[in-house]
Amino acid sequence: MSDIVLAGVSVAYDGEPVVRDLDLTIASGEWLSLIGPNGAGKTTILRAIARLVSFQGEIRIGGRAVTELSSRDVARTVAVLVQEPQMPAGMTVAQYVLLGRAPHLGYLGKESSRDRRIVRDVVRRLTLEELASRPLDRLSGGERQRAAIARALAQQAPVLLIDEPTSSLDVGRQQSVLELIDQLRKEQELTVIAAMHELTLAGQYADRLALLVGGRLAAVGSAAEVLTEPAIAEHYRAQVKVIQMNGSGTAVVPVRN
Amino acid sequence: MLSIKVGAAAAPPAVLAGMPRLRWGWAGAGLLALAASCGVGVLVGPVHIGVGTVVQTLVGGAVDPGQANILWSLRFPRVVLGVLVGGTLAIAGAAYQGVFRNPLADPYLLGAAAGANLGATLAIAFAPGTSVLGVNVVPLAAFVGAGAAVSGAYALGRSVTGLRSATGLILAGVAIAAFFNSIQSYVQQTQTSSIRQVYSWILGRLVTAGWDDVLLILPYVLLSVVAIYLHRRLLDALTLGEDEVTSLGIPVRRVRLIVVVAATLGTAAVVAVGGTIAFVGIIVPHTIRLLVGRSYRVVIPLSVLFGAAFLVLADAAARTVVAPAELPIGVITAFLGAPFFIAVMRSTRAAAL
Repeated sequence: MSDIVLAGVSVAYDGEPVVRDLDLTIASGEWLSLIGPNGAGKTTILRAIARLVSFQGEIRIGGRAVTELSSRDVARTVAVLVQEPQMPAGMTVAQYVLLGRAPHLGYLGKESSRDRRIVRDVVRRLTLEELASRPLDRLSGGERQRAAIARALAQQAPVLLIDEPTSSLDVGRQQSVLELIDQLRKEQELTVIAAMHELTLAGQYADRLALLVGGRLAAVGSAAEVLTEPAIAEHYRAQVKVIQMNGSGTAVVPVRN
Repeated sequence: MLSIKVGAAAAPPAVLAGMPRLRWGWAGAGLLALAASCGVGVLVGPVHIGVGTVVQTLVGGAVDPGQANILWSLRFPRVVLGVLVGGTLAIAGAAYQGVFRNPLADPYLLGAAAGANLGATLAIAFAPGTSVLGVNVVPLAAFVGAGAAVSGAYALGRSVTGLRSATGLILAGVAIAAFFNSIQSYVQQTQTSSIRQVYSWILGRLVTAGWDDVLLILPYVLLSVVAIYLHRRLLDALTLGEDEVTSLGIPVRRVRLIVVVAATLGTAAVVAVGGTIAFVGIIVPHTIRLLVGRSYRVVIPLSVLFGAAFLVLADAAARTVVAPAELPIGVITAFLGAPFFIAVMRSTRAAAL
């Protein structure tokens, strides 16, 4: 089980509070999208769950407090897709995906044939075989994002944290990346927490949205509940029209008076 | 474009292309280059000694005692020392470049050279010809100086930035090196009688090489090379961003610390017996990156082999070009190395840089 419970979580950078006393529960297999204006603390929450930043309060995954896990155990439980993954020039896609096996190796350990088989399967699953020996610096934006997902998937962690999966992608690639993540979530029974800027997409793919403002939770619920014109006007200072589309989610469209 | 057949269900699992591995061809080429350069190193010298005699000597056959003596007490130890110094400088350079994610990092980055130079200069100027426990004081002083400089840089960098950033450590190294260099220059200028000796030490040489020097540095070199070699996979992981490496469960700081300590130990040891030999730590790993690939699983082992081969050859050149005098080996490594490196960069168009 990989349900996630945040209880009274606060994070401060150099004494400056970024996340304040946050309570949030994410069910196993759920997709929760974190939304909120810039600086609301979305990335920081992801970093706290992956224990990349120290926090106060408690975060439990599958009933176990993350602070009590070794860093390798955290890495076997939580895979992180950062907003702008560093793609070392000259490194091949296969080599990059293989790094995802690191949490399953000893400190000076070497990948076994099982690790290599897992990498091969992940590469196939994301249809990256043709690109396996291509250097990362010669990939397109969409291909890079798929390589990054493959690396995270190779970790075989039940929880996937994603920071802005679609920034710098065109609308078609945004859709295909999110569809891919959603398919993988169902296949591998992943719990997904994604920080997202694009509100319509955030609502379309997530089971629930959590709206963060100034490090606090302003609203949690379905897209229809959270994405309302007054809430967006108040928290984003944006003029929008919210349209309920039959069976296709909630569209948030900027308007100009 | 490369295509991979996705085999039918019955076929054995296809090996995925693009996995990092050291190809036997390159490992073989490295070993061959090392063997060939050792051959050249042993055969070149003022007294002609044939290949047959060398082989006879090695297998314990009957040879002229004079020639056997030249081989055992001069040429063999010198070639072995060249292997140790070259291999260590190259692997330490590759390790520093990986840890600091900086292609210009060399083994002297944290002040090892400045410290060694100061130690050696003090020893040459104020305690010439003395020895401690049967070991010449100059390499000992150089070793201590190198260790002191790097420890100082490390302590300074840690107190300023808490080792969060590699930049703080590098800047601390720069500051310490400048400070040590200024004292070294002062001593060198005021002690005019030893200036020539100091100068020749600084430019690097394997002249005094004997088995003593080899035995003196062997434990440190072995420790350094083995430790770095074992971390080659982790050095690849360090090329990712800080959060990404950490989220893979890799203890980034511990990896950095161990690799830096190992590389520094090796550098301090070889700089103590060879002086500061420029360029090997930069040119050898980068040439391998350009020609073979950037994975540290390839760069680390090949750096040892080709670094050793390169230095043994450079040393052979250093003692023949102006025979019977000798050129400082650092002059040769840069004079031969720079044009070669430029040629490699041009021919590969530096695509991998």
